[in-house]
Amino acid sequence: MGLFNRKPKETVTITYISHGGARVEAAVPVDTSVMEGGVSNSVDGIVAECGGACLCATCHVYVDEAFLGLLDPIAADEEVMLGNTFCPRKPNSRLSCQIHVTKALDGLVVRTPEAQH
Amino acid sequence: MGAGVVIAGAGQAGFQCAFSLRTEGYDGPITLIGEEDWLPYQRPPLSKGCLSGKTDLDAIALRPAAYFQANRIALRMGRRVESINRLGLRVILDDGGEVGYEYLVLATGCRNRVLAGMEGVSYLRTREEAAALMDRLETAETVTVIGGGFIGLEVAAAAAGHGRRVTVVEPQARLMQRAVGPIISEYFRAMHARHGVRILLGTTAAGLEGDMVVAGIGVTPRTELAEAAGLAVGNGIVVNAQLRTEDERIFAIGDCAAFPSRFARGMARLESVQNAVDQGRCVAAAICGRGADYAAVPWFWTDQFEAKLQMTGLSNGFDEQVVRGDLESGKFSVCYFREGRLIAMDSLNRPGDHLAGRKLLAGSGAVTPEQAADLSFDLR
Ligand SMILES: Cc1cc2nc3c(=O)[nH]c(=O)nc-3n(C[C@H](O)[C@H](O)[C@H](O)COP(=O)(O)OP(=O)(O)OC[C@H]3O[C@@H](n4cnc5c(N)ncnc54)[C@H](O)[C@@H]3O)c2cc1C
Ligand code: FES
Repeated sequence: MGLFNRKPKETVTITYISHGGARVEAAVPVDTSVMEGGVSNSVDGIVAECGGACLCATCHVYVDEAFLGLLDPIAADEEVMLGNTFCPRKPNSRLSCQIHVTKALDGLVVRTPEAQH
Repeated sequence: MGAGVVIAGAGQAGFQCAFSLRTEGYDGPITLIGEEDWLPYQRPPLSKGCLSGKTDLDAIALRPAAYFQANRIALRMGRRVESINRLGLRVILDDGGEVGYEYLVLATGCRNRVLAGMEGVSYLRTREEAAALMDRLETAETVTVIGGGFIGLEVAAAAAGHGRRVTVVEPQARLMQRAVGPIISEYFRAMHARHGVRILLGTTAAGLEGDMVVAGIGVTPRTELAEAAGLAVGNGIVVNAQLRTEDERIFAIGDCAAFPSRFARGMARLESVQNAVDQGRCVAAAICGRGADYAAVPWFWTDQFEAKLQMTGLSNGFDEQVVRGDLESGKFSVCYFREGRLIAMDSLNRPGDHLAGRKLLAGSGAVTPEQAADLSFDLR
């Protein structure tokens, strides 16, 4: 037994700041994505229509510069979809579904764009 | 303000319609009624992350309960809509309750086809079915999958990934034949074989064995509510270009809706997240007075082992195909043409092609087969 038995996961704190200024401080389990943390805390501005398949670009966020270097590099499929965001891509743009939550990301701050559509 | 919007079916499409109504600024009452006991959830992870053990079944909800409260969306879970009183503008629920509507959106999805006369077979559409499948997978050593479509193959890949001995039985001559072209079918057959999955094509399941049997043999649209209400149904609830049934107060969206599609060159019924989301949004806009014909480009994906396949357009009826990239490298796209026009593209690990394909199909598809096959030609 045990293919699917998993231990409760550690969490890190991620702050989501919506375009309108609303702040959500969320405890997000490691090994999930920044998008999942946003959705499960109803963060305004994280829409995530494709559920993390890297096919919709409606989970676009701007990452606080201090954390950029701690993230996994942008893979080819994310790079493509970053070219298709509704609001302009900036140097700190990422798709939140592609940001894998690790312990090193404790304290991460991301901002959501004005719109995802 | 009136009686507001009632949405029957709280899956991907029903949820999206409620979500988009609020983002579009709709201020009236919204009631989202779903027969399943769970908060609206996504199905794609059921056969992918959940089965492979990466994703928790508890992590697939589309939004938490607090979202529905904050957005004044009355969620009635574990409740079935039994019938529609079109003259009285109300739906009747299985507990005898009634809810009045100004607009009614049918988002009832599909139900799995089942194998008549075969007991002990697992199916996969709901969260409960996924949980049951996971339980059986814990102890099964051999798994037989009946049906070589997307769901069957995703289940096969997950089971093989857990070290199970897997056989896939597909009556057609090739895999995923309803949705992809033969080059992709063959690529996936060879890939499954490399991973130790036994694939039997052109065979039916009679007499097959295994510690567990899973069937993914397609679905039928849930049209019963519409039909009993006297609305036209065919392969789905029949709607016009604006996704309205013949009753202008009743729409149908998602897996259950049959709608006119230029991509299908006729009526289409699509089973995809893209279609559920875009139709939910289209109807929300219509209810807010910004109605437009539904014209979204179809796209879909599947994950099996290391392969991420992204599809756009509808390839049925192509008369020419070209390969862009190199089959051996596992990075290529198959571009399908009909009468010289691009009608669809299946991309394997070439996300740039996929996105370019979506954009081309949204326009006129103006690319020639020669250009598409030429890697130095920029599809964008
Ligand atoms: C295992 C699996 C994997 C998938 N993978 C992918 C994928 O990778 N990519 C992709 O694009 N698509 C995928 N799909 C398809 C996608 O999930 C569906 O197209 C999508 O869920 C359709 O949304 P829907 O709202 O139309 O139907 P559903 O999500 O099925 O929702 C309909 C809901 O309505 C309820 N209902 C029905 N009748 C009534 C009634 N009378 N009263 C109240 N409630 C009612 C049903 O119980 C159901 O909960 C997958 C589907 C499955 C099953
Ligand atoms: S959720 Fe769709 S791209 Fe991130």
